[in-house]
Amino acid sequence: MTEQHSSALAGRERIRPDRPEWAAGDIPPHRRPLPLITRDALTVPTARPTHDRLAALDEQRHVGTWSPEVARLRERGAAIRRETLPDLEKCLRQLTGNVERNGGVVHRAATPADARAVIERIARENGVRLAVKSKSMATEEIHLNSHLTAHGIEVVETDLGEYIVQLADERPSHIVAPALHKSRQDVADLFGQLAGDEVSGDPDELAAFARTRLRADFKAAGMGISGVNFAAADTGTLAIVTNEGNADMVTSQPRIHVAVMTVEKVIPRFADLGVLIPLLCDAATKQRVSVYQTLVNGPRQEGETDGPEQLHLVILDNGRTKALGTPQEEVLACIRCGNCQIACPVYRTVGGGHPYSAVYGGPIGAVLSPLLGEPGKDSDLPFLSSLCGACYDACPVKIPIPDLLVNLRAEHERARPDARTARAGWRAWSLAWRTGTGFRATLAAARLAGRLLPERLLARLPGPGRGWAGGRALPPLREAGAFRRWFHGRDRRQG
Amino acid sequence: MTDVDTDAGAPPRPARVALFTSCMGDLAAGGPARATVEVLEAMGVTVELPRGQTCCGQPALNSGHPAEAGALLDRWLRIFAPYDAVVTPAGSCAAYLHHHLGRLREPTPEQRALIQRTYEFSQFVVAYGAGLRLRLPGSVTYHDSCHMARTLGERRAPRELLSRIAELEVREMAGCDTCCGFGGTFAAKFPDVSVAMADTKLGTVAASGADWLVSADPGCLLHLSGRARKAGPPVRTRHLAEIVRDALVPAEVPAGTGAATEVPA
Repeated sequence: MTEQHSSALAGRERIRPDRPEWAAGDIPPHRRPLPLITRDALTVPTARPTHDRLAALDEQRHVGTWSPEVARLRERGAAIRRETLPDLEKCLRQLTGNVERNGGVVHRAATPADARAVIERIARENGVRLAVKSKSMATEEIHLNSHLTAHGIEVVETDLGEYIVQLADERPSHIVAPALHKSRQDVADLFGQLAGDEVSGDPDELAAFARTRLRADFKAAGMGISGVNFAAADTGTLAIVTNEGNADMVTSQPRIHVAVMTVEKVIPRFADLGVLIPLLCDAATKQRVSVYQTLVNGPRQEGETDGPEQLHLVILDNGRTKALGTPQEEVLACIRCGNCQIACPVYRTVGGGHPYSAVYGGPIGAVLSPLLGEPGKDSDLPFLSSLCGACYDACPVKIPIPDLLVNLRAEHERARPDARTARAGWRAWSLAWRTGTGFRATLAAARLAGRLLPERLLARLPGPGRGWAGGRALPPLREAGAFRRWFHGRDRRQG
Repeated sequence: MTDVDTDAGAPPRPARVALFTSCMGDLAAGGPARATVEVLEAMGVTVELPRGQTCCGQPALNSGHPAEAGALLDRWLRIFAPYDAVVTPAGSCAAYLHHHLGRLREPTPEQRALIQRTYEFSQFVVAYGAGLRLRLPGSVTYHDSCHMARTLGERRAPRELLSRIAELEVREMAGCDTCCGFGGTFAAKFPDVSVAMADTKLGTVAASGADWLVSADPGCLLHLSGRARKAGPPVRTRHLAEIVRDALVPAEVPAGTGAATEVPA
């Protein structure tokens, strides 16, 4: 078996990197505070156009509103996704048994390192030099590409959006549409650099450019790596939804197929796909159904003419099962449609998911990311939300994201290094406002400050006022308590 | 009870009505609170202002301090228990009380009932204020505050109320229920993002061509007017209660009704 170098990535060295460090495929380990990153994000040239495109999409799709028939699917889908949670392990064992019966090999990975090691070993044992991938957020989570590359295995993303962000050395900014922060012209420029030649911004030509380059890699690759949208426990079927058909290629052309899923992707029954696939497609892209649904039932069987010789299923936990039995387990119902991201005004305003500085950005990222990896990591993400609730309306499986955000904020406050000081401030506030006198004293103090101190000075005092005053006029503090004085004064005037 | 007519068939109006000012109303948004009192009195309602009231606790919960929030919620429940209805000009606080009572506490049936009779301003006026005569020439655009629209589920009452004002044109803006970026402590924790969201909102308000931006949440209005005053387009803001108060046709307000009473703490 001869394997060439990737043709899709040929010329990659000509690409001039042009992205902030927080957009990189590998997230810097010691990131700056989120308020600073998001402030920078607002000044990135693509942020405003991305916001405007997404806001138009949000209006046009009526993100968060459901047709009567999809509303029924939504109820059923929400129930199906919670059926597995009381005994997830039992469902995973059933899935494992059926995948093995179909001729596949199942690997359980507790941590990203475990998952990386398994996949690298399979590649090494089979002499794989080139791997083609279809879209998989689980492999983003374990930073598989950089790991395999470091071990001499070339990896090519074959989903168009993923291919674009791979070339740009970025990570996906949306879980379904990884390159939504790039305009058509941005992509034409990127492909132009790769080709060392001018590439037109015509969408058909851009797609043809990628397709031509990827085609050779599908034939040459020794391993195909895919994600899994749903894994049916009762049949061992792995369902993958795409619009480009690349999952068909990845799962059928190379001689080895490695599918990577996270534990919560298991569903009880094959028949549930009839609810979950249309629901996912409606929420993700407002399609009744995607162009391709790839259903994998094991490697090539005797008498079959195509399909891989080996099928490996890697099931990753990465902290998820710790959430079982807690209110946060709701996040495990997620079907990764990305609708909450489009619906989120904060996500849109900061130009997509990169400034969240985690593999998963946006509302679902803010509730999922803190559960993953080492404790404390990304625990500040739940604050990057105005708690507007658009994500809940947009969720096809009714995950109460705003409530989960509020829960995680409390966990963050409990676990932060200066927890006692932070709590003391709120305790003092609460104690004062638990009495009418304390509250009226606050009003008097605010009024006094408003009367005595000029706004310019008030705006510079430490505390929340300073954050507020950067871009906004301060409220008229001198009027603190004015309403009560008017109300009660009126009584006296009227005798 | 007063003798002002209510529509036949309307539910009986609550006798003892308390105003929940909200901490923001007391600190920096007295105008909407005053307008609420004036509109309720024009309806013939006697408004009581429990002196001991402070805050529902929302800022603490959303900042990750549920114990502190719960303590204030307990106080709120005690202070407002005696009333037949509670009305607040703060849509977000009304939504908070409805949604988080069961999350922070295991409420008694009485406490649940108290929350059930806690109204955001426009809900109460739409339910009991059919007799009001309202006229105000001009145009407004209505900003749905997030918690009122999504958590309380109330989008209809404010629009219904505005539609009752003669000569007032309501111009719906694009993304009327898109968050303005206030988000309570979010406005101070992420000031740059918050302000960028305000700019988006103010842009759509300006594009609507309406004379006034109206909302039922003092928080959104402080944020948006503060931004407009500092750097934004010349958008004028008004709380829904203020618009309705301004629209009261004076001859229809019987003199001497609705005397306010003070309630000891």
